[in-house]
Amino acid sequence: MAGPTRGFLGRRRERDPRLPPGQYDVGRDWPVLTAEPTPRISPETWSITVDGRVENPTTWSWDEAHRLPRSEYRGDIHCVTTWSKFDTWFAGVSVDTLLEAARPTADAHFVVATSKTGYTTNLPLEDVTGGKAWVVWEYDGGPLPVEHGGPVRLLVPHLYFWKSAKWVTRLTLLQRDQPGFWEQNGYHDRGDPWREQRYQGD
Amino acid sequence: MTDVRHPIEDAVQLRLDVPDRIEHLAGQHYVVRLTAEDGYRAQRSYSAASAPDDPQVELFVERLFEGEVSTFLADVVEPGDQLEVRGPIGGWFVWDGERPALLVGGGTGVVPLVAMLRTARRLGRTDLLRIAVSARTLAELPYADELLEAGALVVTTREPHGVRAAGRLTAADLVPLWEPGRTAYVCGSAGFAEVASQLLVDLGVPAADIRVERFGPSG
Repeated sequence: MAGPTRGFLGRRRERDPRLPPGQYDVGRDWPVLTAEPTPRISPETWSITVDGRVENPTTWSWDEAHRLPRSEYRGDIHCVTTWSKFDTWFAGVSVDTLLEAARPTADAHFVVATSKTGYTTNLPLEDVTGGKAWVVWEYDGGPLPVEHGGPVRLLVPHLYFWKSAKWVTRLTLLQRDQPGFWEQNGYHDRGDPWREQRYQGD
Repeated sequence: MTDVRHPIEDAVQLRLDVPDRIEHLAGQHYVVRLTAEDGYRAQRSYSAASAPDDPQVELFVERLFEGEVSTFLADVVEPGDQLEVRGPIGGWFVWDGERPALLVGGGTGVVPLVAMLRTARRLGRTDLLRIAVSARTLAELPYADELLEAGALVVTTREPHGVRAAGRLTAADLVPLWEPGRTAYVCGSAGFAEVASQLLVDLGVPAADIRVERFGPSG
């Protein structure tokens, strides 16, 4: 760790305890960070599939997914580019509900989320179970905007936000970890903001 | 820090001697991390403008209103200062120096594209690149001279440029610059990147051939 930077005072003297290390409060903004063009996906053609190491691979259409028990997240989100956003409100379905139907096999330990665009991200299975992850289509009481992953994105708010794949359409359970898009490009396999796991090696 | 310049208003060009650095790829970025006396830290990512074989790393930073890191870099940093940097980072928004590419940048989004241009010059392969850039005015376009000399299409939204009236980048601008097999690199603010990448999609550029780097207040 380097010493102090000459002349740097920093602005935010009283840090909100909700801010993980190295993060700042972005306020009302919600920056858009995507490595590819924004796809236009109509709800009628969207579906979510859970497959891989499961006993019962299952696909839900937009309507079928909406008939599942509604689940909400109210809390903070953290982007690896150092902004955090407090008091967000998302709604959709808990990933637990999807996995209950698909029934992971005993050797399933990881999951890869795939977007309609081909974007992928990998997660330990335990990071998407136990009420920690959602598939969401609502933000702040309205439809999730397309630039933020609408119509439907993954939401794993306790990890850096690139894990919350936009335009998600598939969750594939795996025996072994398989790095996704950013993870192959230098970013961390887990991405815990409280441990500042930004890049490979953190 | 070896050199600090302000070639355009509200921006700073920094050149750093980075001991034991590994060469970056054109398009990659560095994280600059500032530490206050009490241990408080702030960090932001900035694209390198320098070519990989430049002995120094060059960053170009827009001074954002109330930007905690960018105002420090623009107003306080002097040659001789020590900065903590980490990098190079990023494996997606990079040009390998071999494939034909279309570079589309808005404002300080041209910075990683300049690294690509400089790389092409050193390799003697500027023929591989086509460049379209947009800024409010020519005076606000980073590396304007270098881009114009390279034959970049320059669009200015708040003043006429050459025979062209003030206006935004259009599909008609991009049609002659792209053909199949050419990878597009789009970099700029979230708004610019969204519009420019959508123009390319509408022209028929496969989404898989479009690489986008967006920045905003977070960047």
